[in-house]
Amino acid sequence: MTCDNEVPVPEVRAPVRRRQFLTFLVAAPVLTVAVPGTAEAVIPTLPQPAEVLDLGDVLILAGTPTAGALAVLSVGEDGVVTLELPRAEVGQGITTACAMLVAEELDLPLGKVRVTLADARPELLMNQLTGGSNTMRSVYGPVRQAAAAARARLLAAAARKHGVAVERLSTKDGAVILPDGRPIVYGLLTSAAAQLTGTFAAQPKPAEEHRLVGTPQSRIDARAMVTGQFKYTLDQDVPGAMPTVVRRPPTINGSVRSVDSAAAKAMPGVLAIGVVPTGVAVVAETFGQAMAARDALKVTWNAGTIDALSDKEIRAKLQAAALPFVVPPLLTQHLDMDFDFAFVSHAPMETNSAIADVRDDRAEIWAGLKSPIVAQQTIAAAIGLPESAVKVHVMQGGGSFGRRLFFDAALEAAQISKALRRPVKLMWDRKDDMRHGRARAASHHKLRATFGLGNVLTFEHRVASVETDFRHGLGEILTATAAKLPVGGNLSFAQTVFLTTCKVPYNFGVVTSLLNEVPLRMHTGSWRSVYSANTRGAEEILVDQLAKKMGKDPVEFRREFLKTARQRAVLNKVVAEGEWGKAMPKGFAQGIGFHDEYKSCTACLVEIDARDPKNPRVVRATIAVDVGRPINPRGLEAQMLGGLTDAISTTLRAGLHIDRGLPLEGSYSQFHYARQKDAPLDVKIHVMPATGEPGGAGELGVPAAVGAIANAYARATGIVPRSFPIIFPVDFEPFPR
Amino acid sequence: MPTYTMIVNGKPVTVEAPADMALLWVLRDKLGVRGPKFGCGIGVCRACTSHLNGAEIQPCVTPVAECSGQEVTTIEGLASGDDLHPVQEAWLEQDVAQCGYCQPGQIMAAAALLRTKQEITDEDIDRIANVCRCGTYFRIRQAIKSAAAKM
Ligand code: FES
Ligand code: FES
Repeated sequence: MTCDNEVPVPEVRAPVRRRQFLTFLVAAPVLTVAVPGTAEAVIPTLPQPAEVLDLGDVLILAGTPTAGALAVLSVGEDGVVTLELPRAEVGQGITTACAMLVAEELDLPLGKVRVTLADARPELLMNQLTGGSNTMRSVYGPVRQAAAAARARLLAAAARKHGVAVERLSTKDGAVILPDGRPIVYGLLTSAAAQLTGTFAAQPKPAEEHRLVGTPQSRIDARAMVTGQFKYTLDQDVPGAMPTVVRRPPTINGSVRSVDSAAAKAMPGVLAIGVVPTGVAVVAETFGQAMAARDALKVTWNAGTIDALSDKEIRAKLQAAALPFVVPPLLTQHLDMDFDFAFVSHAPMETNSAIADVRDDRAEIWAGLKSPIVAQQTIAAAIGLPESAVKVHVMQGGGSFGRRLFFDAALEAAQISKALRRPVKLMWDRKDDMRHGRARAASHHKLRATFGLGNVLTFEHRVASVETDFRHGLGEILTATAAKLPVGGNLSFAQTVFLTTCKVPYNFGVVTSLLNEVPLRMHTGSWRSVYSANTRGAEEILVDQLAKKMGKDPVEFRREFLKTARQRAVLNKVVAEGEWGKAMPKGFAQGIGFHDEYKSCTACLVEIDARDPKNPRVVRATIAVDVGRPINPRGLEAQMLGGLTDAISTTLRAGLHIDRGLPLEGSYSQFHYARQKDAPLDVKIHVMPATGEPGGAGELGVPAAVGAIANAYARATGIVPRSFPIIFPVDFEPFPR
Repeated sequence: MPTYTMIVNGKPVTVEAPADMALLWVLRDKLGVRGPKFGCGIGVCRACTSHLNGAEIQPCVTPVAECSGQEVTTIEGLASGDDLHPVQEAWLEQDVAQCGYCQPGQIMAAAALLRTKQEITDEDIDRIANVCRCGTYFRIRQAIKSAAAKM
């Protein structure tokens, strides 16, 4: 029995009324802030665009027309229920969380649910993009609805078969229970259920009746992972697909001028060599031989697109691009700060990889893809086939952090397969992955807060960032939902993303945040939490300094200015559990940060050992998190832990140096992502009780932790960090270009 | 091309390969043993970590010739049949894996450490240099301690 979209899916959330959107157009700030006569009340900040409609809402809105078709469920005769999920699993644990939703609705043991990743399904239009921490927000309704409909059908089939009224039946442990208590397992009912005609109205269980959802569960794929049985893209065998690597240019976007492949061709194991738009492809019997032959190629190159640029020039461009403040610092007390953040590689453990088999009349692709429909369209156009002739399989990925929104490996593999007329198994090596892959854009931040009589009167943030590439389908989504966006004027996609994600969670009077981008032709992309890690991280540092200037404790200050009771509850939790204010030895300090996004909020309290300011370590972390409704608290904690480690890395040591058109870093010995010796010895994560609908979690942990770590460093050393990562020497011999 | 015979996960195998070919490619591309993962190829990420006669090695920088006549164990060979190694059990108990890609190497590194040392300190764990880009380090630490306590 397959059950996809037979029951119309009701609107899961209250329809957002147009009137609400029009109320909060982004405009220049209205500078009518009167200095209040009393110091009693904080000066409320008008709702910011992201509070009215955030990026996740936008993605859900764009997906609404196809939400009913999202979840494809089938009940097997073996009693196993399979959900085909049109999202990408890259470590977030969404397959486990979705399996829990299905098991809950169908009253099935979790072990009887399988979740597979759907191929590119172009009929889903804009509803097959994994990003914005939006999976659980967007599938919570549709997946439960599909499972409830399947259950209704199974009940109806049992009722008909046994001649009893549906109302007298129940379900338990993967079976329909007859009035006399006899169980009929789903596997025995599925074919009868499939033959029923008509639709079967069903409502998902109310959340109060959940037995499984909301309880901590282990990953459904954990055993395969710890036994080495789990198959990533390059662990698949596709007939004839042989190991393939590419020799890449000495600078970003360089292209091949000439190739002498005579020596490489004669090397053992080499099967084919050919030029493609991105470099020279080598196919061999093993990756070892392919890489050896690649290194033996003699190639001359045309210039790339940023050959003249190094960090210094890029930083100068960013500083020049930050838009001016509106509030002059003349009449009030004020605090100005600025910050710089370096480029950061996504560096997922599984490097960029794909398998492609392109024939004259059809093609088949396998890769970890978070935007498979756009990948399918782009690849079809590039290899001259109709979209319907290109089958795109979504593989579970070895990490992403935003990286697999881009399908460059899949496209490149298809181009190589076409050029060399053979199936290929393409792997980027680590050096290329760091140097020619994607990176979080470098950014420069200017902040100004004015204050008086115990209140913050204005808060301005000007972000200048190297352009972040969103050409993975987000543009189409923003265009399709343009009329409903809470932002006005002629904003770019990037500015829209910025305004629908970053918001200041405090009542700081008149708040304006503006993004200006510097377009550079290099490979950037959303990196876990997109603009928020840097933008909100910088704001949390300023908040600490502002508290200091206003003579307040950082926690007291936040408690006073946070907007909602929900936010304060999260802050209070972390303060209590993390023992804020306890005595610390010299060189150690606590630091705190807060963040609100994706309809969720979190606070992070860290303890840092910075006795040697050049060699700090976060030794303890306490996190409180409210996601509205946690589906799998254990998975949620994992995501917060990952966000914390990302923050430790990017705040303290991990970044890319750009030198004459290319990152210098080429491996983990040079790009200093945290290792075990940099990780805290104690981490406690507190999940707040469920209250509403699920919010997002995957990216939530980063920004608060960035603020907490930087603030702890400042308190421990007396040095307020302004440039990130804080410890960032070129402490290695770069690989040859 | 020379041939090499070795024991891989308890089974004798013979492969034809250049002497300097990294064991990783012999395992993955010639023998189809795909548990050890490529992450860097230069011995720094440790995603490929496996055992040579029970001691930790990085197959991406170990020439096949060095393994001739020796016992190679990859993640696939760590359990005995359906009975998982205590380190694997601990990994399940702590639900360590996120993307999972680094975990075969993490588990093999932890298993090699626990073979040589019963009393595990935080300093011992700090010395495990395997990268986990998903940032699961704290759960890895707990899992190693849990496995050590049970072994
Ligand atoms: S692939 Fe062997 S250590 Fe990185
Ligand atoms: S679990 Fe993803 S790299 Fe470790």
